[in-house]
Amino acid sequence: MKVAVQREDFDLGAEVRAISKNDKIGAVASFAGLVRDGRMTLEHYPGMTEREIRKIVDEAARRWQVMDCTVIHRYGELQPNDQIVLVAVASAHRGDAFAACEFIMDYLKTRAPFWKKEHRAGGATWVESRAADDEAALRWKQDKR
Amino acid sequence: MKVKLLFFAALREQLGRPAEELELPPSVTTVAALRDHLRARGGEWGRVFAPNRPVRAAVNQDMVQAEARINAGDEVAFFPPVTGG
Repeated sequence: MKVAVQREDFDLGAEVRAISKNDKIGAVASFAGLVRDGRMTLEHYPGMTEREIRKIVDEAARRWQVMDCTVIHRYGELQPNDQIVLVAVASAHRGDAFAACEFIMDYLKTRAPFWKKEHRAGGATWVESRAADDEAALRWKQDKR
Repeated sequence: MKVKLLFFAALREQLGRPAEELELPPSVTTVAALRDHLRARGGEWGRVFAPNRPVRAAVNQDMVQAEARINAGDEVAFFPPVTGG
């Protein structure tokens, strides 16, 4: 299981291949988040960020069969279309891989201490948290998938 | 007792500092009491820690609720709801 919080970009293909090297693995689900619209700066809480992501990955591994997993989240200055986040999950079957990947992503959005600041023509503003993100994370509490 | 405070994102900018060391009076033993203590500084502090502002807290890098206890040497962080991913 790999968790990385870094300034640098990542190679989605290489990361997916790196968790596919085991003949018991039959499925790898991956999600990449990209910068939409304008330039942004991502701030985080060094130390706590890695801990929170590890807790989320551990929780996913308790709920589903997770044979390997990589989560990379970038911080610093990001341009439109840049990759921000990668979640990749390897499992024997697609059901576990899809579910664990979505679960990690939903919890990451509500628990990992990152903050986005958008730079627009009129100035820079901090992005407000969205109720829809809280609801996305909450549904896993009832969901028995 | 002495604690280390950390501020992030909009809070860090509004308060004009990323961190400070603070000696707490004996009555301040919870996150809620620390919020009240900081709000009492007035000015920006009053606005940032106003009761209706959605401020989150972590003690020693674990997300906590307002009633969480604070001990000497703790790292207490305040920040807005997170917006990563």
